[in-house]
Order: sequence, then structure tokens, then C-alpha cells
Amino acid sequence: MLGILASIIDGLLVGLVYGLGAMGLTLIWGVMDVINLTHGAMMVAGMFALYLLTDAFGLSPYAVLPPALIGGFFAGILLYWIAIHRMIGRPPLMSLLSTFSVNLVLIGIGTAVWGTALFNVSVSVPGLSIGRYTFPGAHILAAVLAAVIAWLLYLFLHHTRLGKAIRAVANNREAAELVAIPTTRVLAVSVGIGVALAAVSGALIGTLFPFTVLSGDGYQLKGFVVTVLGGLGNPVGALLGGLALGLLEGLVAPFVPVSWTLVIEFTLFVLVLIAFPRGIFSSRRGAL
Amino acid sequence: MKAFSAILAIATITASPVFAADTNIITIGFTASRTGPLNVDSLGQEHGFEFWRDEVNGKGGIQVGDQHYQVKFVSYDDQSVGGRVQQLYTRLINQDKAQFLFSPYSSGLTAAAAVITEQNGKIMIDSGGAEEKPFELGSKHIFMVITSAGHYLSGAVEALKEKNPHARIAMVYSDDPFSKTVLAAAKEQAKQAGLDVVMDESYGPSTTDFGPIVNKVISSNADAFLGGGHYSDGATLARQMYEQKANLNWISILVAPADDKFAQLGSAALGVTVPSQWEPQVSYKPEFGPATADFVKNFEAKFHQKADYHAASGYTAGAILQHAIEKAGSLDPEKVSQALNDTDVTTFFGHIKFATDPAHHGLQAAHEMVLAQWQQMNGQLGRQVVWPAAARSAPILYPIREASH
Repeated sequence: MLGILASIIDGLLVGLVYGLGAMGLTLIWGVMDVINLTHGAMMVAGMFALYLLTDAFGLSPYAVLPPALIGGFFAGILLYWIAIHRMIGRPPLMSLLSTFSVNLVLIGIGTAVWGTALFNVSVSVPGLSIGRYTFPGAHILAAVLAAVIAWLLYLFLHHTRLGKAIRAVANNREAAELVAIPTTRVLAVSVGIGVALAAVSGALIGTLFPFTVLSGDGYQLKGFVVTVLGGLGNPVGALLGGLALGLLEGLVAPFVPVSWTLVIEFTLFVLVLIAFPRGIFSSRRGAL
Repeated sequence: MKAFSAILAIATITASPVFAADTNIITIGFTASRTGPLNVDSLGQEHGFEFWRDEVNGKGGIQVGDQHYQVKFVSYDDQSVGGRVQQLYTRLINQDKAQFLFSPYSSGLTAAAAVITEQNGKIMIDSGGAEEKPFELGSKHIFMVITSAGHYLSGAVEALKEKNPHARIAMVYSDDPFSKTVLAAAKEQAKQAGLDVVMDESYGPSTTDFGPIVNKVISSNADAFLGGGHYSDGATLARQMYEQKANLNWISILVAPADDKFAQLGSAALGVTVPSQWEPQVSYKPEFGPATADFVKNFEAKFHQKADYHAASGYTAGAILQHAIEKAGSLDPEKVSQALNDTDVTTFFGHIKFATDPAHHGLQAAHEMVLAQWQQMNGQLGRQVVWPAAARSAPILYPIREASH
């Protein structure tokens, strides 16, 4: 019994970090109807930032998070101008292809420089032991930081002018333009924030698990699942969706061989979509 | 103009044989996983090949009858992907005209290469794939110099039984042909030794989050662990079992702990055992080739890294092929195959002899695994040989962790 509880709690902890990553994806999707296929590559960028900065400067892994956020933000703005700006309003396939191309370029450069070798950042945070089970300190800390960053995002979106402008553009871009909101600037900032979230969640994941240049795909897939579960365009929903996914993984793992976890996860995902086509937590499309 | 071209053509045709006769070359082809998850282990094997090639060329080359042949390698990156291996071995044989082949690294890739080499009747020396299956399909020209998968963990099971006849074993391993074969054989051996197998699960080879599995190991009340796969998953498993305080008295992990990089895990590495094809401490007396100490010293001087068993097995692939060619006095695949069938020699790597019955042709029949364990030596972590007793360089450390850590 305790084993199942331990599994669930650990699942929730990791789920929070997945949720943080998905928030970036859902924000971009919700604001401008663009599916950012560089999401995985940006998470990997966060992981490598973690590795390079801790290796070169001996920084604590958690001190890398602010630079990851800031670097991710500017990378996102750059991404917007390169791949997304001209695709706004065009058929979704165009932006899909253009972000996918950027993804290929980034992964290609990454593979050329670092190969597909495995990288590991050692993080020693004392864990919490309950009975025979131990929750690694890194998992707990990553979950707490993910929750804090998510809360900061919520405050930003609901209590600052720019945040409200972003929500307005998500709601109805034309109407936002009519009330003199500088939509292009807002779109660029949204992509900046979305990529910043991807990068920082990548850095957090880097403190938990080893990674390669190609690791982004797996986490991006989980990000899509979480995003759809949580309702497109709903960052809070994404966080809750991440928790739901983590809960599911934790619940399933003690009972079936580990290789079945993904099968069950995706089967349930399909069933959820059939029952809730808009995601479990969405109220209305475009409501942030 | 026409006359000039004719003269040029005749000159080229008559000149070429002269060039060929000056340098006799044997071309050996192989692929290495220079990228992809198998890259760490593959590199050791490739260095072993290169070390042998440079040594034999430095001594004048391989002697075939009264001619000497320099060894030339043609190699490609298989990216750790089976499909690439098949394309590349076809290319090595048909376009690069490789006369002999070395295997890639890992059972899965070796099986893929074996299909091609057997179709073309070319000899392949296998130093990187321990799974028996390719040798049970009626092959004639593949020869395995390493101990096969079925015997990998038998030493670990015997050592565990000696230390704790009531051990409860959790088996958790990668879902790939090599690991599955090793652990299936180990399960049989454990049962016959009267040990309890309380958990038996495989995971996808690209798994990075072993948290749920480690929790299951804890829930199963196991006090011994056998499993792993290759470097990345094995190292991560060891680390996560330590962080989650799985408190196992015995851990045997495949492949990963045999690499010197494993020392980076620090306390998580202490006590972990690994079945090894070879360790620098073994003391076989070679009938030809370098002694163990010389190989270790010269390899490290050349590559600035310690020789591990991948390097030793790679070197042995070359040395055994050379021995067979020289005994056969010919480069003809059938004659060299016969010489390989007749091979019964001891090198620094161990005793090498191939099975010749059609059902297992080419399988290694004489070489034995040792069990190495990470222990503290003079304040530093290093591998000691702990099994079999005859090859031991240190006593077995059991239980591997203090109960209250």
C-alpha cells in the first residue's frame, strides 16, 4: 500500500515538471494558434544550458534557472521573428512546418556538436524518506520550483498590463487590435515566455534524469498529451494536466510491467479525448 | 591525340600491377557506433581494433605464405542503428572490397551484420555481440571471441549463492536481445541454485526515469539485484537505486560498471559487480601476442584511457584473425575458416576455441567471464576481480552497503 502511495507521490512530483513544460506549449498555442514544434529542442537547450553552466562555472544547478528563463525568453522572441511572424493568420500547417524546420536545424547542430552521447548533471539534495521509500530531494525541489514558476506566470497573466494584453489577444486578436493593443509585440512576448518555460522545465528535468540531444522528442510528446488534457490555451489546465499525467503514471506503475505504462497512458488519453474533446479543464477555447 | 590516349591507356594498364605488387593489403571492414546510445562502449572496441592494426603493421604486417600484407581498415558510423549496419556491411563487402569483417558493437547490430556477411560468404570475427542466436542458424563464417550471453551472469549467481543462499533477487533489464538472453539464462541458473527470483521485468532501452521501477524493487522486498543493459541505462539505474535507498545487499549490472566512467557515480558505484570479459588483473599466460601488463600499459600510453574489456576483445579479434590467416597461409575464406575451426590458443584475453558443430558453429567454447566489483582501493574507487576464486584479486564485498546509510 505504501508502495503505491510512494509511486503516486513521485508521479505527481515529476508530473508538475512536465506540466510546467506544457504551459509554454499551451500558451503559444492558445495565443496564436501555432503548435510550436521546437518545444522539445528548447527543452533540450535548457538541459544543455544546465550542463554547460554547471560544468564550466561550477554553478549550483538551481542557479542556472534564471539564465535559462532569460535566455529562453530571448530565444523565443528570435524564434517568433524567424519562423512565426509571417505565418500568423495562415493555415496552421505553415507554422507547423516552419517550427518543425527550425527544430530540425537545432537538433542537427546539437548532434553535430555533442553527438548523441548521454549527459548527466549530478545534483545532491537530501531526499525525504518515509518508511522504506525515499523521495529524491531533486524531485521534490524540482516540483516546488515548477509550482512557483507556474504561480508567477499566473500572477503575470492576471495582474499585469502585458499579461492582460496577452489574454486579450488570445481571446480575440482583431478585437485586441481595435483597442490599440500592439498585437505583434504581444505575440512575440508570448512566444518568448513559452520558450522560456520550455527551457526552464528542460533545465529542471536535467536535474532529474540523464539526457541526450535527442531527448526532447519524448518530453514534447508528453507535453502534447498534457496540453490537450488540460485544454488548449489554458496554462493552469496544463499544470493540472501534468499532475494528472503524473498521477496516472504513478498509479499504473506498481501494477503492470513498466513497459506497459506508455500504452496505458495513451489509451486513457484517447478515451479522455473522446469524453472531453476540449480537454478536461478547458472552459472555452482561447480563455487564458 | 588518339595515339597519345592509347599510349596513356597502355601505360596505366601496365603500370597498375607494379603498384599493386609493392604494397600487399588486407582490407578489413566494420562499423562502429560513433553516435547513438552505444557510442561509449563501441569506442573501446574500435580502439582495440586500431591498437592491433598499428601493432601488426608496425611489425611488417600479416604473413601469408612468403608475402607480408599490411592491414587496412574501412569503417563507418552505424549510428547504433541496425538498418544502417545492413546497408554499410553490404557496402563494405561490395564496394570497399573488404576481405574480412569485424563485428559492430552489441548483439542487435552484430546479428544484423551477420545476415550480410553470411550471405556473401565472408568471415566476420565477433568481439561485440554476445547473443547466441546468429550462431544457431547454420552459420559458417562468423566466429565469436567473447563469452556468449548465456554465461554472463552465471558467476554472479554462484558468488551470490555462496554469500547468501536465501537471497531474493529482483531482475530488471533492458528490453534488447542481449540483456533478455542474459537474464533469462540467469533466471534458470538462479532457480537451479535454489535462489528466489521475486521480480522479473524489462524496460524500454531508452528509459531514463527508473523511479517507478526502483520503487517496485523496494516493494518486492528483494535484497539482490541482477540486470541493466548497456552503459546509459545501467549507470542511471545504479544512481537511482542509490538515491532512492533501495538498500540492496548485492547488485550485478551488465556492461555499465565495466567502463571506467562508472567511477563518476561515486558512492553509488561502490560494491556494484559486473560480469566482465576481461580485467587488467587476470593472469592468463599468452602463447602469442602481448602479456596482459604490456597490453594495458601500451594501450593506455596510446589512447590516454584505461583498457577495458571492449578494447581487449577488439584487439583479440584482430589477433585471432591474424593467427588463423598465418596458419592457413592463405586469404581464402574457406581455408581461414578451417584454421579458425582448428584454433585452440591462449592469449592475454583468455583461452579461445570455437564450437564447430553445425548447430552452434562459431560460438566461443573456451573463454570464461570474470566478475569484477567496484571497491575502495587506497582511497580511490576501482574494479577488483572477485570471481572465480582462481582469478580473484580481492575478496567479495558483501553486503555491499551498510544497512543504515
